Amino acid sequence: MIFEGLAEKLQSTFDKLKGKGKLSSKDVKTALREVKLALLEADVNFKVVKNLINRIEERAVGQEVLDSLTPAQQVIKIVNEELTDLMGGTQSKINLGAKSPTVIMVVGLQGAGKTTTVGKLAKRFRKEGKDPLLVAADIYRPAAIKQLQVLGERIEQPVFSMGDKQNPVDIAKAAISNAKSNGNDIVIIDTAGRLHIDEDLMDELEDIKGAVTPHEILLVVDSMTGQDAVNVAENFDQKLGIDGVVLTKLDGDARGGAALSISSVTGRPIKFVGMGEKLDALEPFHPDRMASRILGMGDVLSLIEKAEEQIDAEKAKELEEKLRKEEFTLEDFLDQMNQVRNMGSLEEILNMIPGVGKQLKGLNMDEGQLDQIEAIINSMTIEERRNPEIINGSRRRRIANGSGTTVQDVNQLLKQFTQTKQMMKQMGDLQKGNMGGLKGKMKFPFF
Amino acid sequence: MLKKIFGFGKEKEEVKEEEVSEEQEETKEEKTGLFKRLKDGLSKTREGFVSQIENLFSLYSSIDDELYEDLEEILIQADVGVHTTMKLVDQLKTEAKEKKIKEPEELIEIFQKQLCQLLNEDVEQVEESEQPTILMVVGVNGVGKTTTIGKIAQRAKNAGKDVLLAAGDTFRAAAIDQLSAWSNRVGTELIAHQEGADSAAVAYDAVQAAKSRETDLLIVDTAGRLHTQANLMEELKKIKRVITREAEDMKVEVLLVLDATTGQNAISQAKLFNQEVDVDGIALTKLDGTAKGGVVIAIMDELGIPIKLIGVGEDLEDLQDFEPETFINALFDQ
Repeated sequence: MIFEGLAEKLQSTFDKLKGKGKLSSKDVKTALREVKLALLEADVNFKVVKNLINRIEERAVGQEVLDSLTPAQQVIKIVNEELTDLMGGTQSKINLGAKSPTVIMVVGLQGAGKTTTVGKLAKRFRKEGKDPLLVAADIYRPAAIKQLQVLGERIEQPVFSMGDKQNPVDIAKAAISNAKSNGNDIVIIDTAGRLHIDEDLMDELEDIKGAVTPHEILLVVDSMTGQDAVNVAENFDQKLGIDGVVLTKLDGDARGGAALSISSVTGRPIKFVGMGEKLDALEPFHPDRMASRILGMGDVLSLIEKAEEQIDAEKAKELEEKLRKEEFTLEDFLDQMNQVRNMGSLEEILNMIPGVGKQLKGLNMDEGQLDQIEAIINSMTIEERRNPEIINGSRRRRIANGSGTTVQDVNQLLKQFTQTKQMMKQMGDLQKGNMGGLKGKMKFPFF
Repeated sequence: MLKKIFGFGKEKEEVKEEEVSEEQEETKEEKTGLFKRLKDGLSKTREGFVSQIENLFSLYSSIDDELYEDLEEILIQADVGVHTTMKLVDQLKTEAKEKKIKEPEELIEIFQKQLCQLLNEDVEQVEESEQPTILMVVGVNGVGKTTTIGKIAQRAKNAGKDVLLAAGDTFRAAAIDQLSAWSNRVGTELIAHQEGADSAAVAYDAVQAAKSRETDLLIVDTAGRLHTQANLMEELKKIKRVITREAEDMKVEVLLVLDATTGQNAISQAKLFNQEVDVDGIALTKLDGTAKGGVVIAIMDELGIPIKLIGVGEDLEDLQDFEPETFINALFDQ
């Protein structure tokens, strides 16, 4: 999977951080060094990495982060924000022209996958009910025209070509009028693959652009590209002003660092990613999701957000008090459990916690168990909930009958509760000095 | 226009070319890539090699952390990779300490020697071989396999060899046409089946043909495939099995084509292709851009697969023997 290798590296880095209750700025620096190496190994451009790490470090060694109860989480949050930012925030779509036909020009280095991408785009548009015309403007590579024609046949869309003896600018112009007379609402121009430093050919692209004023210029980049990706993207962008990027060959084991580099250097969004040789293997790109995937954290941010939404800050504060005074009761236990359950199914929540989802893969989470706990507690009197010590044998039998469970189940719950309470007391003792910094955020003692 | 890539319409343009060639000469100088400049210029000599790096190191009055950091930066930006870069620089540090090196210039010589030693391996080009050879060309999609085959065929032809091409890429649309264009241009025979045919069968026929025609060099094209596609790698293994089984007196060689713009993924490519079909050498293409292809250093270091050829441009003569010194020098050209 894309970014998987990178994700694993970053995760193990943060796992080390998470093992620490408190972070020193040295801890953060050490972790960030590993982040840096992981990004470099994933082919993110050296300068991009340097800037990124500097920005993260500036934010992460701040007192607020280091003093917080979950410094490692805070650092991850910062890294995630910076990565998302770098990749351009939310998903971007193709610019469709107000007037038909929309003209899309596809450019890139040799072998990046332009012609295949043209075919995939056309197939996508066709699915959306559009009628794209494919234009063979690569007159240099032997059989490039033939390749596009074959693709056109496969997806049953027309291909416009004038052989390899005509000027690509003329071909592009003629293609537009051809599209107009045949009612094609989209024109996708396949241009010749070229080196970004080949001025003749870059001039030709500029001429095509001038002649047909495309609504969208897409730069196709091989996701396996190394440090040079920034030079390529920068050159194409300066010369042509690209509107977006298509990242190809992401179905391999490329770590795809080029994606980060290109977005960062050009500020242009990645619009699609190519995930295979089949013509429907073209997917829209979501930068925000990608950032989370890079960190292998699924959705820790949504988790934090959800927790903040669902968990009453006042109640949390009360709970803290109780914890400190050792007044935590079964009522609080139930209350907290319900708050957590409000956030979604247990499996869903666990999957949002970094690292947990992977470990629990295949493990069947039993929601029924939580229902049982709820039923047992609900079958207790208020006095019993506040003071579990008074629950004797006959009370246990009554509670078991009332909740449709067995005495063993009740015993087990009470045992769990006592253990949890002990654990929380220990944690409370450890963190006594830090309670002030909690500010509405709370931990979940049952997970 | 001067577009003579792949030589289409070359004959017609030849006259025009001559007219403008003189004024074009100057602009061409600027726009041509790094390696081309190296190729054309003096840098092929040892003198040139030393001067590039020397310039870089002469900025420092003494050997300090900053120098090492800058060296690391240059290597990483050339795609050498973090792991190999740190290894190389650590080696250099140790040696500098042991030998009590004080001058940056001395340090250069050591570093240069280290790199050269790593990359210098005696290789025999296919056209130099006495024995008839079957060259199987493999690689991921879009690295320039077919183009490289065309150029190797031309080199062999120039060396007076009898060449036969086999269109083993039966998958990509129009791949057979592309190779066929090359065979016409170079003037070799081509063994091809239709699109979608079994490429092992193409290879089988080609080997039989090569044996009966007593061809000096048979080059078998294969479809580009990502090294992670297990079933396609199995297919490649099968092609090699068939070739090896039928080869008899012919030598079988596997050439992996790598794109110089590829980053650290090239290591993974080399590893997996080598694991499945035993790669004998590497052709590094697209060095005429700004990419430095430093990842081959990591590949050499980790896997010991020698680089045989480099592609520095679109012209036929732009596929050249690999020379470590030129290559290393280019890493430091900024």
